[in-house]
Amino acid sequence: MPCPLNGLRNISEFVCGGEVTEMPSAVTSSDVAWADYVFMENNAADVIREWWLHVTSGYWFIAERHTATDEIIRTYPASELFNVRVEFEPLPDESTSQGSAK
Amino acid sequence: MPFGLLKYGLSKTYPADRLIPPQSELKSTYDVVIIGAGGHGLAAAYYLAREHGITNIAVIDKGYLAGGNTARNTAIVRANYLTPEGVDFYKESMALWENLSSEFNLNLLYSRRGHLTLAHTDGALRTMRWRAEVNKHMGVDSELAYADDVAKLCPQLNMSREVRYPILGALYHPPGATARHDSLAWGYARGATDRGVEIHQNTEATGLTIEAGRITGVETTKGHISCGKVLQAVAGSSSLVAAMAGIKLPIRTIPLQACVSVPLKPFLDPIIVSGSLHVYVWQTARGEIVMGGSTDPYPLYSTRSSLEFKEGLMMHILELFPFLSEVKLMRQWAGMADMTPDFSPIMGLTAIDDYYIDSGWGTWGFKATPVAGFRMAECVATGRQPAILKPFSIDRFDTFSQVGERGAASVGH
Repeated sequence: MPCPLNGLRNISEFVCGGEVTEMPSAVTSSDVAWADYVFMENNAADVIREWWLHVTSGYWFIAERHTATDEIIRTYPASELFNVRVEFEPLPDESTSQGSAK
Repeated sequence: MPFGLLKYGLSKTYPADRLIPPQSELKSTYDVVIIGAGGHGLAAAYYLAREHGITNIAVIDKGYLAGGNTARNTAIVRANYLTPEGVDFYKESMALWENLSSEFNLNLLYSRRGHLTLAHTDGALRTMRWRAEVNKHMGVDSELAYADDVAKLCPQLNMSREVRYPILGALYHPPGATARHDSLAWGYARGATDRGVEIHQNTEATGLTIEAGRITGVETTKGHISCGKVLQAVAGSSSLVAAMAGIKLPIRTIPLQACVSVPLKPFLDPIIVSGSLHVYVWQTARGEIVMGGSTDPYPLYSTRSSLEFKEGLMMHILELFPFLSEVKLMRQWAGMADMTPDFSPIMGLTAIDDYYIDSGWGTWGFKATPVAGFRMAECVATGRQPAILKPFSIDRFDTFSQVGERGAASVGH
C-alpha cells in the first residue's frame, strides 16, 4: 500500500476504514437516513474510494481500490477531498425543543 | 480392463444412478425463480415443493451446482448462539439436520462430536457462561467447562500455562456436529428435482424486471423468464444481485480462508474453536485436519489465498496442538463472506413485492441451510414473514434493533 505519508508499506500495517460516504446531518436527518449512513453499504465490485489508516503512524488517508482485483489505483491525503472546514449545525435548544417533542 | 467388469458397466440391469436429471431447456415462465443453486437455494426449492406443493420452480445459477460457498465452508453445525432469537433459529436447523440422511436416503456423514469454544481470558469465560445459560434456557445443550474438564474432553489440547493464551475453560456444546457439505446440496437437489423442480446451471441472472414495485421477470444469459416470485440466495454476491432490484444491504463482502492438512490417523474427535486465537479446527472422516480463521482484514470480491492468512493461523494452531508442526498442508481456499454489522442473517420480505431475500450469511450459513430453506419456503409460499424470521428482517436496521451475534461467531472477526 503506497501510503501518502510513509511511502510503500506492507498491507498488514493498515486498517480499512470503509467507503468514503457523505454524512447526513446528525441533527436534522431522519432515523432511516441515519441508519442508512451507519449500516448500509454500496459494496460494489468496482473501483471505490475508501478510508485507510496507517496504524503505526496514526495517519488516515484515502485510497482508490478495485474491490474485485484488489488493485490500488491511487492514494492521497484526505485534504484533497475535504478542503473546507465542516460546520455542524448547533444542537437544538433543549428548553424549546422539549415542548414540541412531547 | 477385464470383460466381466465392462459387461456390468454396460448392462441395463445396473443403470448409472443419476442424482439429478439432465438439464432441460429453460421455459419462459415459472411460478418461482430461485437465484443461486447453493445449499440455501436448493433447500428452499425442496421445501417449496414438499411442504407447499409449488413445483413449477427454476433454480438458476451462474456457475455449477453448489460451487460457491456451499463448497467452501468448513462444514460445522452448532446451535450455541448468544441471543434467544439466534439460538431458537439455529436450534430448529439442528433438529432438521438430524433427520436429513434418512429423509434423503443419502448419507450426509452427519456426526455429533461435541464442540468446544475455548476461553483464554476472564472476559471470554463470562461470555461462555452467558451463552451456556441462554442456550439452556432455550433448550439447547451447552455448559461451561473449566480447564480440567476441557483436558478430559480433548486430551490432545496443549493445556500448558506456559503459552501466550492459556486455556481457562470452554463452552461445551455436546450436539455440535460436522457433515458433508456436497451431500447436503445434492440431497436437496435430488429431492427437489424428483418433485419437478428444474435446476439450470450456467444460467446467470443479469437483470430483474420490476413493474410498479412488483417483480415480474428475470433476465438471464439464456433469455428472459417471467415469474410470479423470486428468491435470491446468493451468498457472496448478495449486494450485487440485490442492487439489480434497487435494494441496498448492510453487507460488506470479505474473503474467508480455510485449509486442510494431509490425512492423518484419527486423533481428534471434538471440534475445537478459539475466538481469542481466531482458530477453528476439526478432523474429517478422511483424516484431514480442517482449519479456518477469521475473515480477511478488508473487503474484497475474490477467492484468492494468501500467505498472511496461513502464517497467522498456524501461529495459533501450534499453540493449541504443538505436535502438528511437522504436518504438511494439502489445500487452501477461500469463500466470500457477506458480513452484516450484527453477525446475523438478513432474510424475508423486501421493499419489492414478491421479491424475497436470503442473505447476510457471513461465516455462519452452512449450519443454517435446512432452516433457511424451510422457513424461506414458507415465507415465499405465504408471502408473510414467519415468526422465527421476524428478528432477521432487513427492517431491523432502520429501527436499530439488531440481533447481536458477534459474541457467538466462532472466531473474532
